[in-house]
Formats: sequence, C-alpha cells, structure tokens
Amino acid sequence: MSLARLELKSVSKRFGELEVLDDISLSVSRGEFVSILGPSGAGKSTILQLLTGALRHDRGEILCDGAPLESNSHRFAFMPQRDALMPWRRIIDNATLGLEVQGMTRAAAREKVQPLIAEFGLAGFERHYPSQLSGGMRQRVALLRTVVQQRSMLLLDEPFGALDALTRARMQRWLSGMWTHHNWTVLLITHDVREAVLLSDRIYVLSPRPARILRHYDISLSHPRPPAGDPMLSAIEADILQTLLTLEERPCRTFVPL
Amino acid sequence: MPIRSVPQRGIARLLVHAWPAVLSVTTLVLAWEAYVQLSGISPTALAAPSRVLVQGFEQRHALASHTLATLQATLLGFSCSLGAAFLFSLLLDFFRPLRRALFPVFIITQTLPLVAIAPLVVLWFGFGLTPKIVLVALVTFFPMLVALVQGYDSADHDIEALLASMGASRRRIFVAARLPSALPYFFAGLRISITYAVVGAIFAEYAGSVRGLGIYILNAKNNFRPDLVLAAVFVSATLTLCLFGATILLQRVTMPWTRLVERKP
Repeated sequence: MSLARLELKSVSKRFGELEVLDDISLSVSRGEFVSILGPSGAGKSTILQLLTGALRHDRGEILCDGAPLESNSHRFAFMPQRDALMPWRRIIDNATLGLEVQGMTRAAAREKVQPLIAEFGLAGFERHYPSQLSGGMRQRVALLRTVVQQRSMLLLDEPFGALDALTRARMQRWLSGMWTHHNWTVLLITHDVREAVLLSDRIYVLSPRPARILRHYDISLSHPRPPAGDPMLSAIEADILQTLLTLEERPCRTFVPL
Repeated sequence: MPIRSVPQRGIARLLVHAWPAVLSVTTLVLAWEAYVQLSGISPTALAAPSRVLVQGFEQRHALASHTLATLQATLLGFSCSLGAAFLFSLLLDFFRPLRRALFPVFIITQTLPLVAIAPLVVLWFGFGLTPKIVLVALVTFFPMLVALVQGYDSADHDIEALLASMGASRRRIFVAARLPSALPYFFAGLRISITYAVVGAIFAEYAGSVRGLGIYILNAKNNFRPDLVLAAVFVSATLTLCLFGATILLQRVTMPWTRLVERKP
C-alpha cells in the first residue's frame, strides 16, 4: 500500500481557551485533488498554517509521505487567499519569487518559469506589473508562482474567492484542466460548494468552530467534469449544502465571549 | 466631431495642469506691485517685485555663490540624515524593543526650538560647514526615520506569510517585502524633509556663518535692504522647489510601477 502524501491523524489546535481544531483526520494521496469545505471562521486557514509551519499543532500527528512533518521542511507550495503579488515586481519576477528564495539566481529562475508562461495564459505580459492585470490573470500568476516551486503538494487557500462569478467559474475550469495535465497533488481550502465538487476527488466538510470533520465525500466522476447543472454534480452539491445548512440552524454549543 | 482622446504629453500637459497655479501666483505678484506703486510705501519697508527682480539680478554673482553654499550644506546634511535614518530604521525594525527606548529621545530632538539650538550648534562647531550639517540632520532625521519604520510596517502580511512559507529568512523577508513596501513612505518623507532641510541650513547660516543665503539675508536686513532679503527668499524658495521636484523625479524613476496607466486586458 502506498503511503499518503499527506495524512492528518486526530490533529487538534487551540489558542488559549479557544478550541479551533478538534480531532481532524484526513489524507491526501499522490496526484489527488482534495478539498476542505467549511463555513467561514471554521479554522480552515488554521489547518493551512499548521502545514506551512506558521503554527504547531497541539495533539495528533501530521505525516508527510509517512514521516512526521518538520516545522521547517517547507514541503508545500502555498497560494494565499489574495494573490499577494508584489506590486513592484514584474509578472515574470513575481512568478520566480519562490525559486529565488530557494537560492536560484533570477536569470535561472526566469529560464525555468518562461516555458510555463504561455500555458498560464500570460504570454506577452511577462514584463507587465501586477496592477496592469485583471483579477483572473493575477490569480494565474499567483498559481504559477506556486507550482514552479516544485514542492510535493499545492496548498490553495480560497484562491478564487476574490474574483467575480464569471471569472471564478472560468478559472475553476482552467485549474481543473491544468491539474489533470500536470498531475499535481492539491489541497484546496474553500467555502464554495460548487467549486469543491467541480474540482475535487474528495471533499472533507468541516463543522463550525471547534472544527471537526463532519463528513467526507468521494467523488468518483472522471475529469474533466461535466458542465454545470449535471445531475450527478448537482446531487452531491445539494447534499453537501444540506449538511452545511443543517449545521447553521443548530444552536451554538459554547458561547465564546469577545 | 470626434473627441480627442490622445493623451497630452510634456509641455502641453504641464500647461493644462499648471495654469491655475500660474494664474494665482501672477495675480498675487501683480497685486503686490500695484500696492507698492499706488501706496507710495518706502522701498526700505516693502520693495516692489520689480525692484526685487532688478536688484536681485544685479547681485546675481553674490547670490549664486551664497546659494551654492546653502545647497552644499543642505545636501550634505540631508545625506548624513538619510544615512543615519536608514541605519536606525534597520536597528528599530530588527530589534523591536529599541523602539520604545529610542523613540522618546528622537521625539525630544524634534521639540527643540531651532532659534535656541542654532546658535548653540554654531557655538560648538564654529562657522564652517559642520554646524549646518548638524542642524539640517537634526530637523530631517526624525521625519525620515518615522517614514521608513512606518513604511516597513506597511508591508502586506500576506506577502510576508507567503515568503515565510517559502522558507525565506527574516533578512530575506525584509529585503524582498518590507524594504520595497517602505518606498512610498520614504518618498513622502523625503518630500517633506527636503523642504525642512533648506530651512534648517538657512537657519544655521543665519545664526553665524561666512557664506550662505542665511548670512546674506542677515546682512541685507542689517543694511536696510528688504529688496535683497526678498531676492534671497525668492532664490531659496526656488531652490526648495527644485529639490522638491528632484525628489518627485527620483520617485518616478525608482517606482515605475506606480505611474502605470491601468491597461487591463
């Protein structure tokens, strides 16, 4: 049996009195697209911070290819919610940032990124500054910056949250195609049910804080997924949405004073 | 008729943007000239702009050499101040607790009245270049330091977190994210400080000096020549404006991404 690329075993995290993650277990296999879906403030981003090394978990285990995750290992390439492009760097130099941090010279990094520019729909914009690009293009630059780092896994934190609905739909389709082509291992954090269903092999649904895994869905439909409105996808979407909505109606178990 | 949408360039654009200022300044000067001519006020009390211009032109060699001295003091003092402000900003950014220790001291340096401190600085450092440098540095150091420190803190936390997730060191994050983020603040500080710098230099010269616009103004005043005082004031104002313009030019060269027209595909 092959080891999971990433495995969380009963991971918990609390900030003082505030319990954020409670007994989170999930796994991501090599080449899999896995989403974590949950309401706002559930602690989705906390999971990412544990993985990027910004935070340490209190209990449980985080395994990467079977070995415990070291806090300074930088095994994951992280794409933040907002694109976080540097306004003073040209597109090509924003894309090479991760490689430069790894110690590559700027020239070598550019050479490595250049062949991917066209595939990411950025041909002709290499010398532009981020402020000259549309939201969708900026997000593609951010993804390019993420994937060229060649880490073992991509962590995407609501990457399309700030885009308008049409651009978002387009970007989701595009990402799906790119993923199929490149065989990346992806962990996506999102609160968009449709996005999760469209892209993922498996979805973990989180409860509100303290976050637990409520359910997980294995979506065995092949990629590329059928267009929006497909009955199979709609059925899964409806089911997940129902799960989330039922949660909202439940009264809060604990009152957390501000 | 089609509307011309060709962007105006160079002189044409400058004229379009500058005409209200040109108009107001011209009106002011004309009103001043008219008042002096019509009221018959003595030229030893208030000189007409025309007289200031003529007398200033006659004294152009003296004015030029004094201006050069002031410019030298301003630039040297300002450079020292910039260097010190940058070093201290690094220190305060990397060693946070130092902020609470040093900021009060720096704030106190800003409360010192120039009138009191200028003669003292001259007393300590003599009539040469040193007291001017010290005084210019004293008035410009703090604004520059605050601008830099605040600029570092303005760095986007997402960018810093991203760099950290890539494995960047503290130093790397500073150079890649915090330093460039400080540029707009740095230039805002520079624009303000450069005007302080000229005033500081003139004040130092006024308090005791051999050359410079400050001592020129003092001598003109003592000789009952308000026209020459005003001529020197006019020159110092022009000098300040030129330096101000230079900082804007420098900013445009250093930060090309800020003057881009939004050309979204």
